[in-house]
Amino acid sequence: MEDKIVVKNLNLYFDTLAVLRSINLNIKANEILSIIGPANSGKTSFLRTLNRLNDLIPTARITGEVLLDGLDIYKKDLSLPWLRRKVGMVFALPVPLPRSIFENIVYGPRLNGVTNKLRLEELTEKTLKAAFLWDEVKDRLHTSGTKLSGGQQQRLCIARTLALEPEVILLDEPCSGLDPLSTSKIEEALYELKKQYTIVLVTNNTKQAARVGDNVAFFLMGDLIEYGSTEQIFTVPSDKRTEDYITGRFG
Amino acid sequence: MLKPILLEKLVKKILFVGTAITVFILFFIIFYILKNGLAVIDMEFLLSSPKDLGRAGGIFPCIVGTIVLSLIAILIATPLGVGAAIYLTEYTRKGRLISIIRFFTECLSGIPSIIFGLFGFVLFVVYLGFGWSILSGGLTTAFMLLPTIIRTSEEAIKAVPDYYREVSLSLGGTKWQTIVKVVLPSALPGIATGIILGIARSIEETAVVIFTAGSVLHLPTSLFDSCRTMSVHFYILAREGISMENAYGTAAVLIITILLINMFAYWLMHRLIAKYS
Repeated sequence: MEDKIVVKNLNLYFDTLAVLRSINLNIKANEILSIIGPANSGKTSFLRTLNRLNDLIPTARITGEVLLDGLDIYKKDLSLPWLRRKVGMVFALPVPLPRSIFENIVYGPRLNGVTNKLRLEELTEKTLKAAFLWDEVKDRLHTSGTKLSGGQQQRLCIARTLALEPEVILLDEPCSGLDPLSTSKIEEALYELKKQYTIVLVTNNTKQAARVGDNVAFFLMGDLIEYGSTEQIFTVPSDKRTEDYITGRFG
Repeated sequence: MLKPILLEKLVKKILFVGTAITVFILFFIIFYILKNGLAVIDMEFLLSSPKDLGRAGGIFPCIVGTIVLSLIAILIATPLGVGAAIYLTEYTRKGRLISIIRFFTECLSGIPSIIFGLFGFVLFVVYLGFGWSILSGGLTTAFMLLPTIIRTSEEAIKAVPDYYREVSLSLGGTKWQTIVKVVLPSALPGIATGIILGIARSIEETAVVIFTAGSVLHLPTSLFDSCRTMSVHFYILAREGISMENAYGTAAVLIITILLINMFAYWLMHRLIAKYS
């Protein structure tokens, strides 16, 4: 399979603190890459280098290359809105904007200039279905998104990201605050979504990585320790630290 | 040493007394003014011109002057102040320069209004040649309001959680789209509070207006006309012993106006909060 994202020798610093060190990683199209590792390993920071959300941090400094379909996303004059529509993101904390479910979904498309009401309604239905939320909210699309339950809010956030019609979806511990039922619904959605999208999933839950990931990358203290197929990482990890982590000896 | 449980009771009593005194003073002032003023107020008082320097007749020109002057002040101070607040919070990074600007803005809000009045007199009335006019008064009052509006807007904008900004940016929003669609709507109740306070202050302002808009008692017909606002009218009536009755009547109208504005502000804020949260 072709590489959707190629990360070459990526270093990320906050001030003088090295958060990521010489990361080399290829992310294949239409796969789910799970990123696992203990807290403060740089998983989230890595994810945020892929849509340049780290740019918001004044002290962040980056070296190396991130190529999306061969295009360096850190090149000068690159349009950030364009990049962030191609590389959508779902945050750990579900944050519906304080507006209706429908308005949440169409927020991105509207910013991109889609005004046709019919088109926006189509998008809403399509994305909510893909996020397995349609049946639960189809009768109250114009009520506030903040009134939904935590699990529903997170699926709304996924649908909202899908409405951008991205090519890559970054998920930052999307199930960290959710109950097992909501988690399984989201995993089910991810499984369907990878047919169309490339998915990078940061998770603290190694079992989740084993369940949904095609490939796994293990981060520790800013280093990429090991990368391999899910099967290989969870059965015959080549690095002792990976084995210790996935068997629960630390982290 | 008092036992914690006794201290608890004592503290509660002291705080209650403090609150009671505050509320009592407030109600006493309002009651006293209204008691003395309401008797004078009728349609004629509100809608006719003063006669004999204000001993007789109404305060219609003063009401018009007050409204127009406050309107100018708020229409100028709001975009400038909110704009400055947006710039300071969203477009600058924390640094020495910003701290200095912030420090001076705060100092500015502590400057007595009579000094703003003098400044407005020198700049608008004399140097720019606007004369004693509603325009000079409105502009000067706007300057006086700026620090308050900047400060309250800044606080309101800073209180908008960062994750709203991140979500909007991650959905392909530009910085400006994010500010307009997410940050300002969420900050609106706080910004509105600052503006409403500004309106009230511009209505009650006396020193600035005497220096810059003058105290002519006729009905203003252009922005370059001098005018006498209700506060100034009250001051002159009371100070020069022209008519205490009509002074109280003017004061009552002033207080009622400010009460109405505050009530409207609360109503508006609750609506905005209901809409955006």
